[in-house]
Amino acid sequence: MNLLVCVSRVPDTATKIFVGPDGKTIDSKGVKYILNPYDEFALEEAIRLKEKNGGEVTALTVSADDATDILRNALAMGADSAIFIKAPAEPDSYQVAHNIANSVKDKNFDLIFFGRQSVDFDSFQIPSMVAELLNIPSVSVVSKLEVNGSKVIAERDIEGGKETVELSTPCAISAQKGLNEPRYPKLPDIMKAKKKPIEEVAFFQVDAAVEVISIALPVNKRVGKILGDSDSDINEIVRSLHEDAKVI
Amino acid sequence: MPMSDFFYTDDLLSDDEIMFRNIVRDFVDDEVIPIIESHFQNATYPSHLTKKLANLGVFGIKFPEHYGGSGAGYVMYGLAMQELERGDSAIRSFASVQSSLVMYPIWRYGSESQKDKYLKKLAEAEFIGCFGLTEPDFGSNPAGMITTATKTSQGFLLNGAKMWITNGTVADVAVVWAKLDGEIHGFIVDKGTPGFTAPEMKGKHSLRASVTSELIFQDCEIPAENILNISGLKGPLSCLTQARYGIAWGAVGAALAVYQSSVDYAKSRIQFDKPIGAFQLVQEKLVYMLTEISKAQLVNIRLGRLMEEGKATPQHVSFAKRNNVEMALNCARLAREIHGANGILGEYPIMRHAANLESVKTYEGTHDIHTLILGHYITGLPAYQ
Ligand SMILES: Cc1cc2nc3c(=O)[nH]c(=O)nc-3n(C[C@H](O)[C@H](O)[C@H](O)COP(=O)(O)OP(=O)(O)OC[C@H]3O[C@@H](n4cnc5c(N)ncnc54)[C@H](O)[C@@H]3O)c2cc1C
Repeated sequence: MNLLVCVSRVPDTATKIFVGPDGKTIDSKGVKYILNPYDEFALEEAIRLKEKNGGEVTALTVSADDATDILRNALAMGADSAIFIKAPAEPDSYQVAHNIANSVKDKNFDLIFFGRQSVDFDSFQIPSMVAELLNIPSVSVVSKLEVNGSKVIAERDIEGGKETVELSTPCAISAQKGLNEPRYPKLPDIMKAKKKPIEEVAFFQVDAAVEVISIALPVNKRVGKILGDSDSDINEIVRSLHEDAKVI
Repeated sequence: MPMSDFFYTDDLLSDDEIMFRNIVRDFVDDEVIPIIESHFQNATYPSHLTKKLANLGVFGIKFPEHYGGSGAGYVMYGLAMQELERGDSAIRSFASVQSSLVMYPIWRYGSESQKDKYLKKLAEAEFIGCFGLTEPDFGSNPAGMITTATKTSQGFLLNGAKMWITNGTVADVAVVWAKLDGEIHGFIVDKGTPGFTAPEMKGKHSLRASVTSELIFQDCEIPAENILNISGLKGPLSCLTQARYGIAWGAVGAALAVYQSSVDYAKSRIQFDKPIGAFQLVQEKLVYMLTEISKAQLVNIRLGRLMEEGKATPQHVSFAKRNNVEMALNCARLAREIHGANGILGEYPIMRHAANLESVKTYEGTHDIHTLILGHYITGLPAYQ
């Protein structure tokens, strides 16, 4: 089986995010980047399919930053090789999808895996776009997968229930949490990952479909205070109007 | 919450080292921290973790692939010990013993057939190992040990008792140090050898999630091929240097755990209408912790690289073990104060680390013995006896 897993490099969910000076990008200084958590489910599923049926797993990322760290992570988990497409600037979903489709169109992948979303910009667009560009079926937010030859049965989470769909390879699958329990890479595999190839592919020029105009952090809601009419509460109102709000 | 790395020591690490450190870190967050308190309370070792740790490659870090290892360096090993002890000293102790005190002597002093028989299985935790040096009457002064080995027609007869032996009761294989014709030698003793028993020592107030045992040898006969190819105190001491190195890193892990908890607590606990972190006395305690942890991190990375280059001496290792364990214990005590009454509660990791570190300060050469080692180094004048 020829399996592709598209992965992305995202800020660690525990990282405190600041907006960069241009007001359009996040300030990457001091930010720890990780392999997108949903992509771990995608990788794990592909690696398990390879372990069961034989074949190869390729990990691919499109990124404006050096993303070899997360590709090494994917290789340490069990991918056999990786493709890195370096974008000249932060690409939008459309550019990423075009780049993925363009670089894999002749490679005859049986299944193309994605995480259901990247936890940085949460666009939810790339899996469907890539499938459309490659003209293959796709199913998103998959929490259970069965592959028998070219027949694929996927169970997906829908509002308040489950839906089971059937499709055939080649196809695109986006992984939901719960699809599997991703493995921790082992040290011997981390050491071996250094020797696995990362192929660099030139960026395929296509105009962005959307432009980020600004990003902003959520504004902290003002904390209201409820005070009664007891003497101490009245003292507190006077104090806070005087000291906190500085209006009297 | 990101770990404190005030002096950007991550910049001194390779990508592989950071990746593995983060994996062990995640593993400890997911698998150790949620369950360790109840094991500590119940005085049980979380044995279900052993195989998982082996699968991550924690036991074979420094050993060649051929023996089930990864062929990685000392810093990689140190980082793993740091993260394990951030969870609990018991987990790090298990790994120290397995890797530095059992695999190391077999790898360094073992015959090819001993290596083939044991190393891979130890790396994979098919076998658990223990290291028997300390005796009831000989702790800091192991040269005085009275356990003996005598030659027989088949091999060796062991007689004597070891005490305070981590993992003794659960071990499949013991590396035991005994005197043969008055000189210290290392022997491999398999579990179930007639004349060998390993009862567990109960009632510890420290390292409660670790198994500690006596090893008793009564006319215990082992085959001739079970002797290690080393004689004299330098045999066990060379193993201790390996383990102490890992402890220096582990102590930083414990200190990071209590520091992190203290920072969170100081920012959220309100007294006199302010977070207690706003009071100068509390800040001073946090500053002590940050300062000492950062210094210890710098010592560790430098020591690790020296170990990798073959330039480190046992005195460097004594320095790091002595300094880092004491600073971690001080941090734990200060953290205990910052947490007030909550500091004694199992809901916070503080008292558990504080109690564990009391053992860590004593084992692998007490703090004071390391002082004497460094005093000897400085003056050239040994003060041990
Ligand atoms: C939980 C735990 C696990 C352990 N695991 C193992 C293990 O797996 N294998 C193993 O072999 N051992 C193990 N040990 C034993 C440990 O290594 C010894 O406890 C340690 O070496 C100290 O020996 P002791 O306890 O007999 O103390 P002692 O040597 O009796 O020391 C008592 C005090 O006297 C001081 N002292 C001794 N000599 C001098 C001197 N010359 N000058 C100044 N002060 C001195 C010491 O610093 C200490 O403060 C373990 C201990 C503990 C607590």
